[in-house]
Amino acid sequence: MSFAPPLASFAGAIEFIFTPQESNVTGGKKVGGFDKTVELLIGQIEVTVLALAIALIVALPLGLYLGHRGKGELIAVGVANAGRAIPELAVIALVATLIGVGIQNVAPVLAILGLPPILNNAYVGVSQVDRATVDAARGMGMSELAIVRKVELPIAIPTVMGGIRSAAIAIVATATIAPLAGVETLGDFILNRNVYGENGLLAGALLVALLALTLEGLLALLQRRLTSAGLKVKTA
Amino acid sequence: MTDPFVLAAAGEVGGDFFKERDVGDLCQAQPDQVFCFDWARENLDRFATPTVQHLQIVIPALLIGFVVAFALALLAHRTRWLQPPLLAATGVLYTIPSIAFFFLLLPITGLGRDTAIIVLAAYTLQIIFRNTMLGLNNVPASVKDAARGMGLTQRQILWKVELPLAIPEIIAGLRVAVVSTIAIATLAVLISAGGLGTQMYGSNLTFPTSIIIAAAIVMLMALAFDVVLLLVQRFTTPWRRAAQG
Repeated sequence: MSFAPPLASFAGAIEFIFTPQESNVTGGKKVGGFDKTVELLIGQIEVTVLALAIALIVALPLGLYLGHRGKGELIAVGVANAGRAIPELAVIALVATLIGVGIQNVAPVLAILGLPPILNNAYVGVSQVDRATVDAARGMGMSELAIVRKVELPIAIPTVMGGIRSAAIAIVATATIAPLAGVETLGDFILNRNVYGENGLLAGALLVALLALTLEGLLALLQRRLTSAGLKVKTA
Repeated sequence: MTDPFVLAAAGEVGGDFFKERDVGDLCQAQPDQVFCFDWARENLDRFATPTVQHLQIVIPALLIGFVVAFALALLAHRTRWLQPPLLAATGVLYTIPSIAFFFLLLPITGLGRDTAIIVLAAYTLQIIFRNTMLGLNNVPASVKDAARGMGLTQRQILWKVELPLAIPEIIAGLRVAVVSTIAIATLAVLISAGGLGTQMYGSNLTFPTSIIIAAAIVMLMALAFDVVLLLVQRFTTPWRRAAQG
């Protein structure tokens, strides 16, 4: 495989994103272009958001509950450590061969990659909230649920959001290889080199990198919005 | 006997994902079974070379990542205003998905192991740098004052007081970096750098037995490295054991 000099390669990739072009492999057929890019981008956002939502629904309440009770450290932290060792390529390949292709199969499995950081950070964040603060809230007559919602979660937000950000990055990165399991994402440009050519390959890589950075940036902004002013003073 | 497997070669990336693949005579009776023990017994040796290749990517990447991140952390420890920009820069390298990073480097460093090592080393920087820096920042001022009072120089304080006290945080960062890197290195197959990903992708993508064995080796490798790091922590922080009685 040969590439043009780096600068020319990237220029070709950027052109590919906006204008359909004849790839060097398909012989005349035009590929890429803005419409295709948007279609694949939406595909990747769709599967990412769905998987992240599933991971949140499963792991966040469980992590908050375990952290509140101060129990199950082994589960919360152990799952996180083991979860990091799961190779994403194997996950996607096994979905495709054993469960089936399509977003309805891929999203729940991608969610598995998001569970460990959310569970771990929710647990750690809540269990590290000063017990005196929690006792004070209890003394004021707050219910256990209210303590979690109004005291522990707000204080633990930076840690909890850190876990959600890690999960989002892991999921969006793995969604890139989701085309192997029949879900069209930007990874299609990368994996289907014999359709999109070298320009498509680089364009896909650029777009995936930008998407991940944008997602991370948005979640960082959300974290700032959610963190109470009192906590910001301390960290500043 | 013909080898039913063809390792994913450079040109094959993005090839025919779901092509029919001959699993040999061993699993013909039950082609749909999830795990074919007969095949596994006969073919375990084909995982040896990919395992070695995997280590040849992971170990240099981790060594480079550790040396660079550690140096950056020492620099940021001495020059405090560098901490936010270095955190942001390593954060960007951490956030870019490795698969995208591989291909962004392709026009510059080409296919193969070097590109994989660079990308994985860059990925580990944030985790190791951040933990080392936080570990150093968290050393209580009173401890440093005591050391200064005993006549230690700035350099002695760093190497004899601050760094030893930061070891648990440094190792915590290394453990995360090591385990994630071993898992992510499976993607190196996409840039023809070999490794255990070769047994999951390409023509192996349709054969669960191969994928499961390769994934198990990856996870065992991660576990083994994790245990080694835990032991290192035990032996480098004897005072923690003393405190626990």
